[in-house]
Amino acid sequence: MDTQNLISIQQFCLHYNVPKKFISALQDYDLIEIIIVKEEHYIHLTQINEVEKMMRLHYDLDINFAGIDAIYNLLKQVDALKQEINTLHNKLRLYEDF
Amino acid sequence: MAFIDYYKILGISKNATEADIKKAYRKLARKYHPDLNPNDKAAEKKFKEINEANEVLSNPENRKKYDAYGEHWQHAEAYEAAKQQQQKQRQGQGQQTYYQGSGDFSENDFSEFFENMFGHARDPRSGSSVKFRGQDFNAELQLDLKDVYSTHKRTLTVNNKNIRITIPAGVENGQVIKIKGHGGKGLNGGPNGDLYIQFAITNTSKFKRDRDNLYTTVDLDLYKAILGGELMVNTFDGKVKLNIKPETKNGAQIKLKGKGFPKYKKEGQFGDLYITFTIKLPEKLNEKEKTLFKELSKLR
Repeated sequence: MDTQNLISIQQFCLHYNVPKKFISALQDYDLIEIIIVKEEHYIHLTQINEVEKMMRLHYDLDINFAGIDAIYNLLKQVDALKQEINTLHNKLRLYEDF
Repeated sequence: MAFIDYYKILGISKNATEADIKKAYRKLARKYHPDLNPNDKAAEKKFKEINEANEVLSNPENRKKYDAYGEHWQHAEAYEAAKQQQQKQRQGQGQQTYYQGSGDFSENDFSEFFENMFGHARDPRSGSSVKFRGQDFNAELQLDLKDVYSTHKRTLTVNNKNIRITIPAGVENGQVIKIKGHGGKGLNGGPNGDLYIQFAITNTSKFKRDRDNLYTTVDLDLYKAILGGELMVNTFDGKVKLNIKPETKNGAQIKLKGKGFPKYKKEGQFGDLYITFTIKLPEKLNEKEKTLFKELSKLR
């Protein structure tokens, strides 16, 4: 598998100065997906933003992994509701304009 | 420049201990952190205030200076020389931590009051220089419905910088897209923030849009409605010829498959166009027409 869009966990942890067990814990809670290529562990580049966010929640706000998991589920619900509100607003506009 | 009561912001008394300050900061930061309140400007503003209060009160030196001169910040200039000395010392310490600081935060996020008293943003964690990710920018882009019928490029000016972006066909009113790295500059070599563009799409056309479907009404004269025939109608991208069935009812709706709006990020795919017919009755009938209608009515 091509590793062009992947970043090795070792490199990531070194760059961000976080322990590897932090990444393992995120994986245990199914918060990120770890890709293994030739016995090397990677995360996809598209996940970096999310991992950074989880680092802020954990280190800055002292939120444990179960808490991050709960927050992510709630944020997903908030996002879905916002999208639904937007769709409903647009639908309402359809009838208001007629 | 107004005095800012940092104790009030954190909801603590002036004799609060370091532990009290930390606890109050954490509690409020968990409530207003931008990661937990995406696209909430009020929460973002509150979070910046909390962060600034924490920057000052969690650092014993800053707190002492604030307690002594806070309400009379003009006298803080006397500290200038000492501050410069401290800055030199800090530059010498230079241990770097690489994880990002408190989210969407940059040097510009501190109040004028803070800048005057303490110079610039500093990390409360003793002497280290944290890489802060730049602030996220939010912008609104007003477009007409016809502008988003096809994918096109557009140059925007955000904070005096020109950015060329691709606007995909089929983007929705109210939809937000993220342009990575085009937000505020990172601090201490941290990554730039992102630019969020919200689309405000005005519709001045005769078509109403619901996602990728379009709706319109077309007038149909009585005779064509009864006898059927051909009719040219406007679609969003040109005219099409329709075969009107005999005895078409008022309010009848037909669907023109694939004649709607482009589907977002699905090149070459379109929604449908729904046409509702409004039958127009003839007006100002002449005598002959009236007679013929009377005859027709007798046949029923």
